[in-house]
Amino acid sequence: MSDVDAVANADAILWDVVVVGGGPAGLAAAIAAYDDGAKKVLVVEREKELGGILNQCVHNGFGLRRFQEELTGPEYAGRFIDELSKREIAVELEATVLDVGQAEDPAAPTVVRFVSPTRGFKEVRSKTVVLATGCRERPRGAIGAPGDRPSGVFTAGAAQKYVNREGEMIGRKVVILGSGDIGLIMARRLTLEGAKVLAVVELMPYSNGLTRNIVQCLQDFDIPLYLSHTVTRVVGKRRVEKIVVSKVDEKRAPIPGTEIEFDCDTLLLSVGLIPENEVARGAGVELDRRTKGPIVTQNRETTIPNVFSCGNALHVHDLVDFVSEEAEIAGRAAAARALGKSSVPKNLVEATNGARVNYVAPQKIDLDALDDETAFFLRVSNVFQDKKLVVKCGDETIKEIKRRRVAPAEMERVTLSRDALLAARGRKIVVSLED
Amino acid sequence: MSLQKVTCVVCPRGCQMEVDAEAGTVVGASCPRGRAHGLAEATNPTRTLTTTVRIVDASGEFVDMAPVRTAAPIPKGKIFDAMKTIKALRVQKPIRRGDALVKNILDTGVDVVATRDFP
Ligand SMILES: Cc1cc2nc3c(=O)[nH]c(=O)nc-3n(C[C@H](O)[C@H](O)[C@H](O)COP(=O)(O)OP(=O)(O)OC[C@H]3O[C@@H](n4cnc5c(N)ncnc54)[C@H](O)[C@@H]3O)c2cc1C
Ligand code: SF4
Repeated sequence: MSDVDAVANADAILWDVVVVGGGPAGLAAAIAAYDDGAKKVLVVEREKELGGILNQCVHNGFGLRRFQEELTGPEYAGRFIDELSKREIAVELEATVLDVGQAEDPAAPTVVRFVSPTRGFKEVRSKTVVLATGCRERPRGAIGAPGDRPSGVFTAGAAQKYVNREGEMIGRKVVILGSGDIGLIMARRLTLEGAKVLAVVELMPYSNGLTRNIVQCLQDFDIPLYLSHTVTRVVGKRRVEKIVVSKVDEKRAPIPGTEIEFDCDTLLLSVGLIPENEVARGAGVELDRRTKGPIVTQNRETTIPNVFSCGNALHVHDLVDFVSEEAEIAGRAAAARALGKSSVPKNLVEATNGARVNYVAPQKIDLDALDDETAFFLRVSNVFQDKKLVVKCGDETIKEIKRRRVAPAEMERVTLSRDALLAARGRKIVVSLED
Repeated sequence: MSLQKVTCVVCPRGCQMEVDAEAGTVVGASCPRGRAHGLAEATNPTRTLTTTVRIVDASGEFVDMAPVRTAAPIPKGKIFDAMKTIKALRVQKPIRRGDALVKNILDTGVDVVATRDFP
């Protein structure tokens, strides 16, 4: 890495690909771009270390699809970090990207500006940029539970970082709101560290977590799961002293008289993730109000030419394996552009969500850059049994897939062939879930 | 008659099984892998334990947290005792992914290994 590292100091260098973010998405994008011939690749990461959120995910369950092995988060990241360091890929750590802009120079259409303690303020020129900035947690405000504002309220991801990276215990008696995988994983983690988890509370009538996590994170430790319940009051002067939980009706409104009180010192919130797109927004990239990430083509190119997006910044993934796969698409596409093998998309077909589907990504198909198969990712709007995913082009049904059970927490994947997409020219592709 | 209810976690379908460990019968599994898992859960349930170990410098000051795992699943009943041993442990750099930080924990024949490099 050292040679290229030295070059990173020379302002004159024109990068092929600058990757913003060194999590699993950024790592996979950089490696794929390099392997496809882009030899000037730079990864800019805000933290002191590569690996992103995986550094704090010490539990196992990563990589089953990609490596047919159950790895922990750090092991999964480690494999990509090893691969990266075998290549002449430059890395800037503790470097926060402030913005990405467009330049007049057609040979160097993008500029990336970052600050770091060692480099100060720096501007680099690049042929392409891949945004892999990950996601952040919905903050406390998002739940709007009335009551006091004592300390002892954490988002689950922040708690995970304190415990797993900093070795700090966050509380002794804990209530967790939200039964997605992060909430479940934290219930087990805090129990192992000696805390008592009194309850996991879920607004919906079902958990968004994997069955495996329900069994191995809750049932193994006799932690009760309260479905169709929510936190209705936080009590405490300096520190949390009590959490009040109520049952909710079908409209998710708390039912008076159903209150349960828990004496505890800590409340964890695991109430969802949102793509992190400050940099994308600043660059003028158009965002999808459904995914909260950029609108992209199948090659993950945003509405700003030569700027790509992938991973949790694009849409929130539940499996890191899919993050890597998607990032490789973006990395290869950025390399192809940098090497002059592709041009800015002109002939586009739109893909969108129909009934019972919350979003579809990618949202646009570049007809001049089609592979044999194109994968679409989507999320359904509720838990359903025995339905089928239907892809329509105008009035014509072009694909149907039976699904025994679908759930919002499990991302669905549908592939379409080159011919099917070419035939869609001038029309719109709509994916819905039907009887 | 000792019927045990087990939720299968081998795949996302999550079949509900009823296992008679003595008779070796499993009702409710939809495939052989699930049946095997049901029997194992009813007779000798095991788990892979993942946690962290404190890394200290020569003077014993805290430097970082090393993520670790048991190299193979260990009996579920030994999880908390294993945690005690691992929590008391202090290690120093350098650490390489796969290094055994505890050998043969609680005589299970399984090592506790680092899952990340700390050069
Ligand atoms: C708390 C939590 C628990 C999870 N648990 C699991 C699990 O059990 N199993 C599983 O398969 N998946 C899990 N996931 C999902 C999986 O970890 C993610 O899908 C994956 O890490 C996403 O990779 P990413 O590279 O897109 O984002 P991240 O890993 O978040 O990486 C983004 C990187 O970009 C950097 N960055 C952001 N903005 C800037 C900037 N302006 N300048 C420079 N750098 C920047 C960040 O520092 C970070 O390193 C979890 C996710 C979270 C948040
Ligand atoms: S029994 Fe088979 S089908 Fe059912 S959950 Fe287990 S592995 Fe899946």
